[in-house]
Amino acid sequence: MSNRISIMVVSGSIERLQMAAMVASVGAVGGSEVTVFLSMNALPLFKKGAAAAAGAEGPVGKLLVEKKAPPFKHLFEQAVELGDAKIHPCSMAMDILGYAQDDIEAYVGEPMGLTKFLDDAAAGQVWSF
Amino acid sequence: MSNRRTIDARGSFCPGPLMELIAAMKMAEVGEEIEILSTDKGSASEIPEWIHKVKHEHVGTEEKNGVWHVLVKKTH
Repeated sequence: MSNRISIMVVSGSIERLQMAAMVASVGAVGGSEVTVFLSMNALPLFKKGAAAAAGAEGPVGKLLVEKKAPPFKHLFEQAVELGDAKIHPCSMAMDILGYAQDDIEAYVGEPMGLTKFLDDAAAGQVWSF
Repeated sequence: MSNRRTIDARGSFCPGPLMELIAAMKMAEVGEEIEILSTDKGSASEIPEWIHKVKHEHVGTEEKNGVWHVLVKKTH
């Protein structure tokens, strides 16, 4: 049984981000080595202070907000703090969006390229959202 | 049992109560017991799974008036 979990997040929808954050945080605190790769429409939501912009795909997304489920950014941060997960922005998306490291949340690490992500992912479970 | 603390995670949804418990466990001493209160049924089954996985001791779980009380002892 592999102990490594690689999670690619490209969606900007709250449902997918919430599920990705749950897998990342629960996986990380359960002792797995978790790497999260943020790209496409997911990355702008990790600009400092940007979480409110996540849209709902359907009724459950709205309920997540109404019922005050733990916010996905908080869960990602806990994955890092409590489970030592590593979160990296996609280097291509950083370039397209024109972001510098200072523009994104402090718990998000250095940009990562696909070669490195795929190399790490080869040894374990891969999830995408 | 003076060496016990209670974490009130009522009203929080999965995996909120688990994360609150883990944050408390990090701060606790070995041998200390932590009781977590949750109104989320999923968390009531998820938390013991985590406890077994990371090899702490699940002392017990009780439901009282829609609130689950999960008691865990830090073993390492």
